[in-house]
Amino acid sequence: MSSIPYILEERPDTGLNNAKLGIWIFLASEVMLFGGLFSAYVFLRFAAPEGDFDYWGSKLSVPMATFNTMVLITSSVTMVMSWASLKLQQFDKYKMYLGITILCAAAFLFVKYFEYTGKFHHGIYPSSSTFMGIYFTLTGLHVLHIIGGMVVLIFFWTKQADKMWAENQDLLANRIEIIGLYWHFVDLVWIFLFPILYLL
Amino acid sequence: MSDNHHHEENFFQKYIWSVDHKIIGIQYGITSLLFLLFGFSLMAVMRYQLAYPEAVIPYIGEWFFSESGGVMLPENYNTLGAMHGTIMIFLGVVPLAVGAFGNYLVPLQVGAPDMAFPKLNAASYWSYFVGGVVMMASFFTPEGAARSGWTSYPPLSIFESGQTMWLLGMVFLITSSLLGSMNIIVTIVQLRAPGLTWFRLPFFVWSQLVTSFLLILAFPPLEAAAVLQLMDRIAGTSFFLPSGLVYAGSAVEAYGNGSPLLWQHLFWFLAHPEVYVLILPAIGIVGEVLANNTRKPLWGYKSLVYAISFLGFMSFIVWAHHMFLTGMGQTMSAFFQLTTMIISIPSVVVLTAFFISLWGGSIRFNTPMLFALAFLPMFGIGGLTGLPLGVAASDIFLHDTYYVIGHFHYVVAPGTLFALFAGIYYWFPKITGRQLHEGMGKLHFYPSFLAMNGVFMPMFIQGLAGLSRRMYDGGQQYAHASDVLHWNEFMTISAFILGLAQIPFIVNIFITLSSKKSKDRNPWKATTIEWSAPSPPLPHVNFESAVEVHHGPYEYSVPGKDEDFCPQTTP
Ligand code: HEM
Ligand SMILES: [Cu+2]
Repeated sequence: MSSIPYILEERPDTGLNNAKLGIWIFLASEVMLFGGLFSAYVFLRFAAPEGDFDYWGSKLSVPMATFNTMVLITSSVTMVMSWASLKLQQFDKYKMYLGITILCAAAFLFVKYFEYTGKFHHGIYPSSSTFMGIYFTLTGLHVLHIIGGMVVLIFFWTKQADKMWAENQDLLANRIEIIGLYWHFVDLVWIFLFPILYLL
Repeated sequence: MSDNHHHEENFFQKYIWSVDHKIIGIQYGITSLLFLLFGFSLMAVMRYQLAYPEAVIPYIGEWFFSESGGVMLPENYNTLGAMHGTIMIFLGVVPLAVGAFGNYLVPLQVGAPDMAFPKLNAASYWSYFVGGVVMMASFFTPEGAARSGWTSYPPLSIFESGQTMWLLGMVFLITSSLLGSMNIIVTIVQLRAPGLTWFRLPFFVWSQLVTSFLLILAFPPLEAAAVLQLMDRIAGTSFFLPSGLVYAGSAVEAYGNGSPLLWQHLFWFLAHPEVYVLILPAIGIVGEVLANNTRKPLWGYKSLVYAISFLGFMSFIVWAHHMFLTGMGQTMSAFFQLTTMIISIPSVVVLTAFFISLWGGSIRFNTPMLFALAFLPMFGIGGLTGLPLGVAASDIFLHDTYYVIGHFHYVVAPGTLFALFAGIYYWFPKITGRQLHEGMGKLHFYPSFLAMNGVFMPMFIQGLAGLSRRMYDGGQQYAHASDVLHWNEFMTISAFILGLAQIPFIVNIFITLSSKKSKDRNPWKATTIEWSAPSPPLPHVNFESAVEVHHGPYEYSVPGKDEDFCPQTTP
């Protein structure tokens, strides 16, 4: 089965390995998913009465979201560092940076949890208004993406990674590069969500 | 080829949890054929109702419609209609065309040992399977299956029962398509054998590539829309509910400010490319069969490739031609009429190139060829009847009539389905090592061809007379339709003949499977790479030795050669 070519080495005429092309195509579909939801947001915002989105938007906590933005940007940086550490053959540093990335993800979820429950305490639910509906839908879907990414990151932080490192260093580096691309994408989505939901 | 020691696989590893693209392709094929049969059966019950409204449905009526004494109620008809459409498209044709044919043939035609990501490939099948189970299970829930049409237009779909299961099922089906098409793209781009340049790819591979791009880019917005509709149903949001809505006599308690039109935009942004997902693989199959049986290169191969690429691109900017009646405005209508007229050009290029391919060929009229030949005029009728629907002035009259049902069924039933049959007859020897019986094939083809036209041609007549679609009584309540109602019985009888005409096909498969294997790996004397593999190709590796490609895909009847075909792998 391992006769499938270009799993790790690049195909000369495309300059890509399979997983790299695969993740780019996957991300293209993700762009369309969030693109669809963003267009829905724009559509609904135009359809809403004057001031409706502004009024409900003002109920969100900008400081919490700003903190979360910082957290995610940090995690993107440490994600790159962990990959770079692998390339520099520094497995311990890899583990440290990946650990920080995972902690950042956890911190993000923790803050999000407080934001959500805070809203519920004030009797604000997705059904409260169109804005709240799209807010919970967009951020909820984003949270699912964070959780999904986190599960994979944790997998590559366990003993499994040590094993892979011992057996096939290039494979581990490739996998970290791929999940890194995904992780940057998830951050990027947040970079769009933050202004349109909290600031506009 | 690093692991040389073989480990024996048990039955489950080999046939159920397999990661071999051939087994997965066959899994897809069997499952989707069963779903096609089921979707057809739902329709047969509907057709009976349309011809004999208010009559007790024979045999099965007392089972399924027991509360009403065996008579089909309007809501039953709606359920059958919605599920027929959903099953035919998402569980039948797409999985057969992309899941089965794409999976089985793409790696072989590019000379690869397997798909690029075998495990994702299996995940794609099982996600499809779960989606199918959810859809089937919805029939047995207290709410019953969805009944808001395959289009699921809100506000109705927000209130009607069964819709939640439909949405959940769709999420699995969408996931499956995304995994599958990602795999196909990477396989085509990355795993082409040495020497297989882009313009040496068989046309079928091109059609799968374009199809996969459509699936990757068009399905996610539907997923987004499905999530929003799910929120409307279970979290009480009102994305698709306008303010001041009254349902079943009482005001709807919701925040409002939503827009039913938003759903239509998101839905058709998927669903228009989706119709090209239904037709492109069919075009690809027909191209292969035509070239092989005319013993001539496919005429205008490069134009065909450019045409379908352009078609794929354009299919993203025509969606609102389904919405001329929504009052979205003159400018929007003008734009989408224009793009719709433009997109018809590449389709005409394809059909023209196919017709010219026949010119001067020494045609072999075997069963695959008959189905492929029938595809041409049928797709032609389907396409040409679409033009009046693309122009707002005529669409205002034709929208939501049986004319529309006739139009798209000509594309998907005698069009796509015939092409898929052609593909099954053509590649059966590769998949099983046995050739389907020709006589029985013809017994399958001719009655199917007549019956298909018997079912769908009168729909144009009924539609032009103004008969609306989705009428549980076949239109009895409308005086203006009374002149064309007598066609209903004729169409229903044709549909049952169409059903009977599939018996030779099913029998043929089983008889052939129990016959002896042939040694000939290339019975059609074809040029493309899959025919140089053993039949069936070897598990997990496909070819006995590494493939190298030296020729274009359709070197038939090259002057000065002894044989009338030159396989791509011949040095
Ligand atoms: C082969 C025989 C087929 C027959 C005789 C048939 C017949 C019908 C009939 C009678 C309707 C209902 C019209 C109405 O009440 O409005 C219908 C609807 C539909 N069919 Fe088929 N059909 C066939 C195959 C297919 C195939 C292969 C596909 C798709 C690939 C398909 C997709 C649909 C869709 C999408 C609808 C609309 C459902 C809705 O109203 O939401 N059909 N068909
Ligand atoms: Cu369309």
